[in-house]
Amino acid sequence: MKGKKAKPQKMKAEKLALTRRDFLRGAGVAVSGGMLVGGQTLAQAAPAPDTDILGPGSVPITLKINGAAHQLSVEPRVTLLDALRNQLDITGAKRVCDRGTCGACTMIVDGKAIYACSMLAIEAQGHNITTIESFSHGDHLDPVMSAFWDNDAQQCGFCTPGFMMACKEFVTKHPHAKLEEVNEGLSGNICRCGTYHGLKQAALDASKGARSAKA
Amino acid sequence: MATPCKYDWPAPEKRKLIGKRIKRIDGGMKSSGQAKYSFDINRPGMLFAKVVRCPYAHAKITSVDTSEAEKMPGVKAVRVIQGPGKEIQWEGDEIAAVAATSEEAAEDAARKIKVAYEQMPFLVKEEDLSGASGFTKPAVTEKAGDPDGAFQGSDVVISEGYYGIPVITHCCLETHGQVAEWTDPENLKVWASTQGVSAIGGQFAEGMKISPNNVNIICNYVGGGFGSKFAADRWGLACAGLSKDAEGKAVKLMLERNAELLVAGARPSAYAKVKVGAKKDGTLVAWQSESWGTGGVGGSGVPPIPYVFHDKFPNRARTHTFVSTNIGPSRAWRAPNHPQAALITMSAFEDLAAKLNMDPIEFLMKNADLAPNAVLAKTYREELTKAAELADWKKNWHPRGDKTSGHIKRGMGVSMHTWGGAPHNGKCQVTIQPDGSVEVKTGSQDLGTGTRTVINIVVAETLGLPLEAVKVMIGDSHYPPDGPSGGSTTVGGVSGHTRRGSVNARDALFAVVAPSLGSKPEDLEAVDGHVRVKGNATKSLTWKQACAKLGVKPVVAEGEQARNSPCKLNDSGVGGVQIADVSVDTETGIVKMNRIIAVQDCGLIIDMKTAESQVYGALIMGVSYALYEEKIMDHQTGRMLNPNMEFYKLATIADVGDFTVHMMTGPGYDERGVIGLGEPPVISPGAAISNAVANAIGVRVPTLPLTPDKVLAALEKA
Repeated sequence: MKGKKAKPQKMKAEKLALTRRDFLRGAGVAVSGGMLVGGQTLAQAAPAPDTDILGPGSVPITLKINGAAHQLSVEPRVTLLDALRNQLDITGAKRVCDRGTCGACTMIVDGKAIYACSMLAIEAQGHNITTIESFSHGDHLDPVMSAFWDNDAQQCGFCTPGFMMACKEFVTKHPHAKLEEVNEGLSGNICRCGTYHGLKQAALDASKGARSAKA
Repeated sequence: MATPCKYDWPAPEKRKLIGKRIKRIDGGMKSSGQAKYSFDINRPGMLFAKVVRCPYAHAKITSVDTSEAEKMPGVKAVRVIQGPGKEIQWEGDEIAAVAATSEEAAEDAARKIKVAYEQMPFLVKEEDLSGASGFTKPAVTEKAGDPDGAFQGSDVVISEGYYGIPVITHCCLETHGQVAEWTDPENLKVWASTQGVSAIGGQFAEGMKISPNNVNIICNYVGGGFGSKFAADRWGLACAGLSKDAEGKAVKLMLERNAELLVAGARPSAYAKVKVGAKKDGTLVAWQSESWGTGGVGGSGVPPIPYVFHDKFPNRARTHTFVSTNIGPSRAWRAPNHPQAALITMSAFEDLAAKLNMDPIEFLMKNADLAPNAVLAKTYREELTKAAELADWKKNWHPRGDKTSGHIKRGMGVSMHTWGGAPHNGKCQVTIQPDGSVEVKTGSQDLGTGTRTVINIVVAETLGLPLEAVKVMIGDSHYPPDGPSGGSTTVGGVSGHTRRGSVNARDALFAVVAPSLGSKPEDLEAVDGHVRVKGNATKSLTWKQACAKLGVKPVVAEGEQARNSPCKLNDSGVGGVQIADVSVDTETGIVKMNRIIAVQDCGLIIDMKTAESQVYGALIMGVSYALYEEKIMDHQTGRMLNPNMEFYKLATIADVGDFTVHMMTGPGYDERGVIGLGEPPVISPGAAISNAVANAIGVRVPTLPLTPDKVLAALEKA
């Protein structure tokens, strides 16, 4: 499939609201090596003739990350997570399951926590991307981070940035969080060392902190 | 009574930091995402590597063709890891690797490598031993006393049961791997995700045919290991080789998630048919078991059963059989062989206690003298008492089978365990500069257990300084060598050698400072940021003033922890008791965790906060393997069905329930010195939860994980 349908690489930002799944359906052969996506599926998902096609080669994009614009060049199949980690050396978000299960790659896009392994870099254009790097400045730690530290909500620490970001969004939405809400709100992330006990208290403390900060 | 020794831990009343609840010193780095793991290392011009893996459980390679891959855009190096003629024994084993300028280019090129195989017969299921004929090997046959005679005693009650625990994986969140770079044609630098910073350099040197002096291993943070990250590994050597082929350019090779679950670590299974007998008063008299398990194609460990009481158990006979399978290689998994032994033994004991109409805590208490020694017997009695109290056992426990109406049944179960936890050997270097700054270096690593924090506490305590005054440097093989972090050896190891190193440094400083205080070195002490004459606060210098006396010559002192070194800073041999409280829905088969109570000893605790975290973490890992985890193999294809995190289930925050952790401290415990803690608390959760489920629903669910289908099947059978 590679190259066959490639037109000159032109951008139409307004047409980029693709999900990763849509994209994989369209360009699946290049990505998954002919494993699953049969010709029929491809034919069904073949773009209308007037649609601009991105890739398969690299395309220039601009990402707004933590308030700053970054220009980079990515193949359309590259996830937001990999673009940041591999090209911009923004490595706080981790690649763990790489398919939207564990939350280690959590970033906040337009105020909403997302799995950055499941969003394409090209989809993220025009959106406000916030990573964990935006919450620490020198020795100053964000109150949610302090709650994590105080409650030892971390062991090896590899899941911690993802939990931090999930918790950051959670406390803004739950300024009076109860334990059941914490359990529900943070169950999109997975820890292997077993830091959930500290995490529960950290989220409750952070929620309380967010409440008093607002007051 | 041991003779006093200058390295001894400070007396309890003099401790300012040891034993307190101290936040881990690298917690800010971790919670802010600034901690750089090996997976996060990006080097200038770095290449990315991808590995071609065998899709079959058992096959012979007939050909490997890399020619097309080599021509792909961006490709800088291609290596065949296992070539034609090689017999592959598990799905996912490494065949070839390619390094290219981007991950995508490497992926595309890897797909162009053509490998042909001749498939061979395989075995990936071992629970049914009758289906494994030709793949088994006797591993252990043991007999002590007269079990046959003892079972025939007139007042002996016998319980027979079947229990088991499948192969599970380590599933480290940071996958195995490294960035390797030849800084010049002779020197290799590796940022590895490892539990053995000082250990794996030699393996890279051997593989690359260079001197160990020319290898530098760096690992500042490691994203989980649990016993699976002790080796350079085949992929590590391939990574270093690719870098060499690519003119020394850095190459990043981190395993994909599926590979992590397929090849990078698994805990051996264990299944057992058990017959156990006790007198009517609960006194254990006889044990007989036939057990088996797999650790992949090679052998596996042997669970020490009957657990805890093995050595003193009066009449016992057992056999253990290895089953050679193509399920993938096993690696040490936190407390090797013990969780399996606990599940088999403590389930059998609980079933026997139920048959005797006896409270299982009374049953364990009755037999506590079968523990290996008097210290442990006493420890178990104290811990059983404490755990029962914290669980309000007398009020909440009921005989087997929750008789209340409704489909939610509640139950409680108990288990106990033991572990060694002696320190590993290692060295450190402590430097005191004339400006007063203090630095400690050791080639250790922090797996999340709090290695840095423990070192910091010990050095600061010894020099009478605040924590912030000490710079802790670990994670570099150029530092004095320290042992690998495994088997609960690290906190004992590093606390021992940093205590020695900082006492040596302090004494060297005292020798220089003594004349200016008109005193002798042995009459000085370092407390509260001062060096002063003992018992005479007027003869005192601030730390900075004292260090200034060094002139231009810093103090550089070594500390060495050797297993037989003088002074009793450490010990080994701990107990531990856990009680699980669960609710089981008998309509859906779902087990819900209410609470686990853990009572644990580990000698002298350096940092109470991170010690408790170790226990919480172990309990949570325990809930995962008790309820969810299994490496599920397909007997048709020989492949793993769940090499991902959707279907290889780990507990989430909503699944684990509440915890009560109590650490045994004070007289009888503290004076033993430091003992490791990583393993013991992860041993009992499976058994305690299985016993709690049996107590709730009135029947035993024989094997872990206690999934809804198995719970319903057990209920059906009852």
